[in-house]
Amino acid sequence: MSPEILSESHPLAGCLRTERLPHIWCVGCGLGISLGAFASVMLDNKFDLDQMAVVSGIGCTGRMAGYLKVDSFHTTHGRAIPFATGLHLAKPNMKVVVFSGDGDIVGIGGNHFIHAARRNLDITVICVNNFIYGMTGGQVAPTTPLGSNTTTTTYGNFEYSFNIPLLAAAAGATYVARWTVLDVVKLRKSILEAINKKGFSLIEVISPCPTLYGRLNRLAAGVEMMKFLKEHSVTKRDATLQDAAITDGNQIVVGKFLDIEKPTYLEMYEKRVGEKIRQLKYEKFLVEEESCPEC
Amino acid sequence: MRVEPIIETGAHFMNGNEACAEGALAAGCRFFAGYPITPSTEIAEHLAERLPEIGGVFIQMEDEMAALNAVLGATWGGMKGMTATSGPGFSLMMENIGLAVMTETPCVIVDVQRGGPSTGLATKVGQGDMMQAKWGSHGSYEIIALSPSSPQEFFEQTIKAFNLAEEFRTPVIILADEVVGHMSEKVVFPPPDQLKVTPRKISKQKPGEYYPFQVNGNGIPDMVKAGDGYRIHVTGSTHDYRGYPYMTAEAQANLIPRLVNKIRDRKKDLIDIKEIDCQGAEVLVVAYGITARTSYYSIELARQAGIKVGQLKLNLVWPFPEEVIKKWASKVKALIVPEINMGQMVLEVERATAGKCKVILVPHPGGDIHSPESILEAIQGSAK
Repeated sequence: MSPEILSESHPLAGCLRTERLPHIWCVGCGLGISLGAFASVMLDNKFDLDQMAVVSGIGCTGRMAGYLKVDSFHTTHGRAIPFATGLHLAKPNMKVVVFSGDGDIVGIGGNHFIHAARRNLDITVICVNNFIYGMTGGQVAPTTPLGSNTTTTTYGNFEYSFNIPLLAAAAGATYVARWTVLDVVKLRKSILEAINKKGFSLIEVISPCPTLYGRLNRLAAGVEMMKFLKEHSVTKRDATLQDAAITDGNQIVVGKFLDIEKPTYLEMYEKRVGEKIRQLKYEKFLVEEESCPEC
Repeated sequence: MRVEPIIETGAHFMNGNEACAEGALAAGCRFFAGYPITPSTEIAEHLAERLPEIGGVFIQMEDEMAALNAVLGATWGGMKGMTATSGPGFSLMMENIGLAVMTETPCVIVDVQRGGPSTGLATKVGQGDMMQAKWGSHGSYEIIALSPSSPQEFFEQTIKAFNLAEEFRTPVIILADEVVGHMSEKVVFPPPDQLKVTPRKISKQKPGEYYPFQVNGNGIPDMVKAGDGYRIHVTGSTHDYRGYPYMTAEAQANLIPRLVNKIRDRKKDLIDIKEIDCQGAEVLVVAYGITARTSYYSIELARQAGIKVGQLKLNLVWPFPEEVIKKWASKVKALIVPEINMGQMVLEVERATAGKCKVILVPHPGGDIHSPESILEAIQGSAK
């Protein structure tokens, strides 16, 4: 018996460039789930997709922009955030989302990440963290947990890893959350909150890379990695940002760590610069009126 | 309501960097992102004050990679954008100049050159980034670069750079130098009706019919901007007419020759070379930027001494006007190439000359302009 066809089109077709499917990601990778979560938030909440832009850098997650049927930009490695900064300032009414990987956002692009948070630009950054450089074949990342094997830490990683939520909050973000790709419902809720948040919002998505991180660390197949993430992640009541550190053997704390109100970059600009400009123009106008020979 | 002109028509006394900033405003630049670096900083400072007055955006970014990328983002948001820097910052921009080339994003990059390599002579003149402007980003591409010799030219070339960027959908580089950037002179802003400003060629096609990299007859696709419903995809990867990454040799063969040839095929229209006293000359000085001006004094001295010498002043340095050099090479004894580097554009001059006449480099390691004697000696030596 052949399977019953429930739908001729992809259920998320409204937000996906379906002509580009299947995507390039491996079986068991969490990027498809992240993409699906984002697309379903777009469609479920009836966002005006003409006013939505997604900017990605380079890497596996860097391909995210290319699958989303919005204005989408696939830039250089690490530079998605500054590109998004320019786009946001040119089109302040558009929603601008940066969707990229851990290596892209906090490795090569780390400086841009902290400065965009410091400025409190009204953009959303979704950083998919798979603990490794996947596209290039499994090298150590600034997020690789201590002790993990990668192709460039043959004897086990001995570098401390970034606590991305703490980093974002310390730099000035107004919204910080972390979920694994198993927490799809919560992830969707966070994506919605982050996009609607006025200010710099960050979501870290902990995502399995079975092909490289899994294979090199004896977690192998996708299902086992999912099980690992399920068993090793925990939502803690009153979790602090310090608790978000991913350390050897400890549980990965997920949840919403920060949700505060603070004037955005453009609001600060309007307050500090906009008013002055209007005042200067007013003064100039008064001077011109006084010196007008016909008056 | 009285509409104030963006720039104030008439004569001004200002330095080259300020003239560049005003030229940008005249050309329709409404976005500037930069990072402080001597000797270009006056451009950023001037625009930080001027852009907010006219509803534009100024942002000081965290580094030069961010600065250029912010310009690219703003350009896809529909604005005309520019960044300005000097050697070290120019080096940092290289990768993203490639992104601008590959995504056909019009923008202007100003490099007010100083002495290098590395930190070099941070406050003093150099012309050592000439080849970097042409070859600095990886891969095969063509670039358009101009070189001003005075604040007036810096003003005019900035407008021209914006116009060429829009016309060719490509980044355009202005290779200025510290002396031109910092010298103050009379700069005349023309009345608005005499300003030639090229608007962005926006597609008239509807969403669904439009493909961002589908070429027209001239090999240059029309643009749209984000937020207009086209839902474009733009990538620095090799892509097809839809803008989708396409990782094949065929896709590369469809894209790269087009990007290169859209400039090469129209090189004749681009050539901007001033032939000064060339008729009947035995020796010509080929120069650009501040060196075109300093060498002119040497030329005058040589003429007083009875040597028939003229000048080929390169206003456009890339693509290199080899046809013009070739034409003169068969008519003169020697071409003298003074430059504030240890020999860069002289290689192009030699290539174009193809042995038809002597080519003599007058190098200068930077930090100062050439002495009139150094160029004069070369002229005298070559005329013998």
